[in-house]
Amino acid sequence: MSAAAAGAAPLLQLRGIETFYGKIQALKGVDIDVNAGEIVTLIGANGAGKSTTMMTIFGAPRAKRGKVLFDGKDITALPTHLIARLSIAQSPEGRRIFPRMTVFENLQMGASINKFAHFEEDLERVFALFPRLKERAPQRGGTLSGGEQQMLAIARALMSRPRLLRLDEPSLGLAPLVVKQIFEVIADLNKREGLTVFLVEQNAFHALKLAHRGYVMVNGQVTMSGTGAELLARPEVRAAYLEGGH
Amino acid sequence: MDNFLQQLINGVTLGSIYGLIAIGYTMVYGIIGMVNFAHGDVFMLSAFIALILFMILTQLLHVGSLPLAFVVVLIGAMALTALWNWSIERLAYRPLRGSFRLAPLISAIGMSIFLSNFVQVVQGPRNKPAPQLPNHVFKITDGSAGYSVTLSVRQILIVALTVVLLAAFWYLVKHTSLGRAQRACEQDRKMAALLGIDVDATISITFIIGAALAAVAGVMFVIYYGVVNFADGFVPGVKAFTAAVLGGIGSLPGAVLGGLLIGLIEVFWSSYFTTDYKDVAAFMILAITLIFMPSGILGRPEVEKV
Repeated sequence: MSAAAAGAAPLLQLRGIETFYGKIQALKGVDIDVNAGEIVTLIGANGAGKSTTMMTIFGAPRAKRGKVLFDGKDITALPTHLIARLSIAQSPEGRRIFPRMTVFENLQMGASINKFAHFEEDLERVFALFPRLKERAPQRGGTLSGGEQQMLAIARALMSRPRLLRLDEPSLGLAPLVVKQIFEVIADLNKREGLTVFLVEQNAFHALKLAHRGYVMVNGQVTMSGTGAELLARPEVRAAYLEGGH
Repeated sequence: MDNFLQQLINGVTLGSIYGLIAIGYTMVYGIIGMVNFAHGDVFMLSAFIALILFMILTQLLHVGSLPLAFVVVLIGAMALTALWNWSIERLAYRPLRGSFRLAPLISAIGMSIFLSNFVQVVQGPRNKPAPQLPNHVFKITDGSAGYSVTLSVRQILIVALTVVLLAAFWYLVKHTSLGRAQRACEQDRKMAALLGIDVDATISITFIIGAALAAVAGVMFVIYYGVVNFADGFVPGVKAFTAAVLGGIGSLPGAVLGGLLIGLIEVFWSSYFTTDYKDVAAFMILAITLIFMPSGILGRPEVEKV
């Protein structure tokens, strides 16, 4: 929590976000802050609006009401690719690696935001974090296993040296051991480099243990917030997300 | 044997023209999933642009050097045709993106009708002859079969230019940031945007490249046949589309392969059966491909699309 200095404006602020799919309201006034240097998690059940929150930050879909501020600037109406160019990187739900590009090309895609300024250096860095990707570099993305694809999605996001890394359900469908490995990498990056992370997870237990702070989302609204440890201790969180489903 | 060799030469020449047009179809389909029915007419338009540029250069500006005129015509036609296709995409297709699937398709058919009628009105309905250019012809055989197998400078030029352009184009797609951005948009447009790729600009560039290659085909068409007509977009356009489908729509090597095959099939059919039904042969291939091999020779099965 050291970097979240008192008084400094949060790096990412969501204020009263309302998002619709047609006539259906998916988000009903969401307020979330992510401070520089923090790991913040958003947990909730399937369909609660977690991924919609994530994508609304990128303007796809666009918020009907409310504001998204990044580094104090209003980015609510900015086109998606320009939001990405502010050094906000995303490892999206379902990983969305490019299946017919090689692992190496996928990483090149990640580096294109900062015009390959330190490509070799960043490549070494992500290969050190995920040695498996180095072995797989010439292989097509579509041939990787689920865990490797997730590593690639995170590595691709890291190639742009993001100021904010957003991870959408990185644990989905992965073996516990792989999940553990990925979460360790994230914790490590946060500790060593002060990487700011906004994590959306269904796997509440892992996410809350990793995060400094968390928000709980139910039916398009944030119902609880607090530090990771606080939320883990709350009986209603335990009942809804920890002891029941997982 | 002599006849076979001659037809092979002719078929490869024609196939080069089809292949260059087919790339425009397949690239646009790959990136926005739409068959650009106006592409054949863009090709026709480029042939007229080439002819007009050539007339301006030789008649008004009295450029004496043919190679110089050729290079200027080629580059000018590529640039102007690209500008046309860019405008078409902006006006007729982009506003319909995100609309229902058939909307841009119908818009493309409208554009096709508009282009051919526009050219008919401003250039007249009759064939426009190109000026006779010197064309050195090499004899490959001695003529013992009653005639000689020939290879003309034009044919060499057409095939050589196609090979060079395709090599450059292949490099662009495989090894440059722009090519990677195009492939990324083709595979997952939303993710490409999340990585900072300007998807609209990338689609525009795809139309520009497609038009530039079609313009090269247009220039070759004028040189090869020596005549162009406002209706000349339709049949070569549909044949190039057939080539793209045969090779596997969305596949760039497939478009070139399909173009060569259609060119060869058409020429051999004309030579060994009858010239009257040569278009039937090409379209039969389209029907057979769609029925028995809908993903083409090098294409991916549709189910694999994400």
